[in-house]
Amino acid sequence: MQPGILSKKLLLLFRKGYLQIKKSLGGNNHLLNPPQSSSITISTTLSPHLDNIARRLEGKLLLRDEIPLSDSHFQQLITNHYITSVPAVQKHFLRFSCTRCQNKDRHLFALMPCGRCNQTHVYCRHCIEMGRCMSCEQLYYWTGPKYEWEKHDSPCTWLGKLNNAQELGAERIKDAILTRKKLITWAVTGAGKTEMLFPGISLALQEGMRVCIASPRADVIRELLPRFQTAFRDVSIQALYSGSRDNDGTAQLILSTTHQLYRYRHAFDVLVIDEVDAFPYHKEKSLQLAADRAQKDRSALISLTATPRSHQLKQINSKQAELVFVPIRFHGHPLIMPKWVMVPKLQKALLQSILPKQMDSWLKCRQDKTRQLLIFVPTIHLAKQLEHAVCQLLIKHQTIKTPNQITNVHAEDTDREEKIASFRQKKFKALITTTILERGVTFPSVDVLVLDAGHQVFDDAALIQITGRAGRSPKDPNGEVVFFHDGLTDSIVKANQSIEAMNKRRHKLLKQGGKL
Amino acid sequence: MTKCLWCSGEVNFDISWTTILNPPSDALLCKLCKNQLVYIEGNVCLTCNRPSTLDVCYDCEQWQRFYDGNDPLLRNISVYQYNVFLQEVIAKWKYRGDYILGNLFRKAIQERYLQQMKSILPKDAVILPIPLSTVRMQERAFNQAEQLAYFIPGKKILSMERKHGEKQSKKSRLSRMYAKNPFNLEKKVHNAVVLVDDIYTTGSTLRQAAKLLQDAGSPAVYALTLARG
Repeated sequence: MQPGILSKKLLLLFRKGYLQIKKSLGGNNHLLNPPQSSSITISTTLSPHLDNIARRLEGKLLLRDEIPLSDSHFQQLITNHYITSVPAVQKHFLRFSCTRCQNKDRHLFALMPCGRCNQTHVYCRHCIEMGRCMSCEQLYYWTGPKYEWEKHDSPCTWLGKLNNAQELGAERIKDAILTRKKLITWAVTGAGKTEMLFPGISLALQEGMRVCIASPRADVIRELLPRFQTAFRDVSIQALYSGSRDNDGTAQLILSTTHQLYRYRHAFDVLVIDEVDAFPYHKEKSLQLAADRAQKDRSALISLTATPRSHQLKQINSKQAELVFVPIRFHGHPLIMPKWVMVPKLQKALLQSILPKQMDSWLKCRQDKTRQLLIFVPTIHLAKQLEHAVCQLLIKHQTIKTPNQITNVHAEDTDREEKIASFRQKKFKALITTTILERGVTFPSVDVLVLDAGHQVFDDAALIQITGRAGRSPKDPNGEVVFFHDGLTDSIVKANQSIEAMNKRRHKLLKQGGKL
Repeated sequence: MTKCLWCSGEVNFDISWTTILNPPSDALLCKLCKNQLVYIEGNVCLTCNRPSTLDVCYDCEQWQRFYDGNDPLLRNISVYQYNVFLQEVIAKWKYRGDYILGNLFRKAIQERYLQQMKSILPKDAVILPIPLSTVRMQERAFNQAEQLAYFIPGKKILSMERKHGEKQSKKSRLSRMYAKNPFNLEKKVHNAVVLVDDIYTTGSTLRQAAKLLQDAGSPAVYALTLARG
């Protein structure tokens, strides 16, 4: 036996003995006999609502103003140890840490004189958008009776069918959920990752588990919500992102941005992280910690990605996580290989709103002129600036007829949801975008252009994702992807190699398995 | 290296002997963010400080009529134009409660006070930040106007109180003009007063406070605000 285990056992024994002695002495230990022994009992006005309160608070870590209870009720729950508190900002030797976002960065803490207690306090600036965590405040979590989540008989109302490759992935996901393991699902763009989740989630809901699908991107969550609502019609589903309306988090199946997970603690039996390699999740340590904390002690973690980062590959190699590989798009066609077009002095020209001549000639001999056009640019500034020039070029080629058939979209754009929706409804023929649309969005039939693909924002993952926007529909599995660059970068080459490797794997699999 | 208070980018300043020996303490914003704060300059309305070619703008004329030619607010001086950037900064500072962002305005408001305001004030003028209601104070834990007021030199008085009501920013112009005076003053005031607030939008809050001060015996009421909306 290892010494660590031994000492743990000793501790447990000691604790057990202590509790027994305490009980025999008639001590009021809330762990053993909760409500009766407390000085204040739960009032009759409160007790019928306990179940609802448990549903609302269980698995969360909230500030006082986020808890919709009157002071007297709140106090009753506190004295009965139904709600436990922790200080919102913790002081350590020479540093602070925020309990909610686990930020320890010194420059993201600041001092303020508190008007409530007339003292100077520390507060966390990192998660201030979710409500200020100050050192005189507490965060609360539910330690009362557990809420029993509903066990659904047959929650899945999705009528589609999975292909063989998806079936394989879905089987592994189911297995991981049952045995509560970590699983990384590496599937090519357009493999139908979301559909692969349905059998697993359905199983989890049958078992009465609480499930969360998180993604770093709010756009992804907004797109996933209607798909899940049709797939699980009778299950309570909520989408949480900054600005979402229905956001009290009382649903059994939750779709959430990874930022919203700061508010959760030991909440989910199954956590799915979609696009796990996307910005900002893959770089922001605090988001990863939040995702860890949001899971229960024994829980399944399913990560979905088309472009795993090196540390995820390391996890697989060191057997910390399992891997399932889905190299085939759901319609069975290969990934589209991007074309490279060298344009000398492209960066300078773009800044002066001069579009490359090669773009002109490409527009002339496009395969299919009815497809919509998705144009990626590296910066917000360029997205705004190039709209006019692109518009004129497209009018010249009669791709569009009026200037209001083209628009631009970027992260700071306030109507970006509407614009993306109307592009999907084909109200716009062309869309100029920054990398915000690189992943998670599906337009059935598009051609993709990347202007200045050598720019540093287009890393290999981004380029693979961008290429994956084309040819997603079974009706039109082809599409053109063109990278305009003024000098090949490692990222472009790597992206190309990786897409090629995926297609080879697909080929091999088809040879082995015969048909889809 | 210091980091920008707004975007967390690096704050770079020119390296010279002066900056090495005495690093600038007021460099809180990076250049990109700093350039987005725009000072009010050029032709302005002499009463409310709004950029205008007229000496008295249309709104201020309306106020004169509203008070029968006896507008309680003699003059408002603002520092910045209330553009989208400042709107975001103020929202985070005031509503999210990021107290430290107030420090961004320390130097600018000090300078503006000394350059444009000091000369027109009588010597015994006192400074009075627009108060928050107790409910709002419990919510926010600090008063942004008070924070600004402590940046400028002079005697401060905090004797005014405010009743709790709906946020001004959620009301229309007309309902603001005819709203009941939410302020309350117990003592008499015999000095000229400089009211301090964060935003001048329609001027109704400042005028309500000014009216009360006028009635309490103050000979002249001025206002110093951070932004002219």
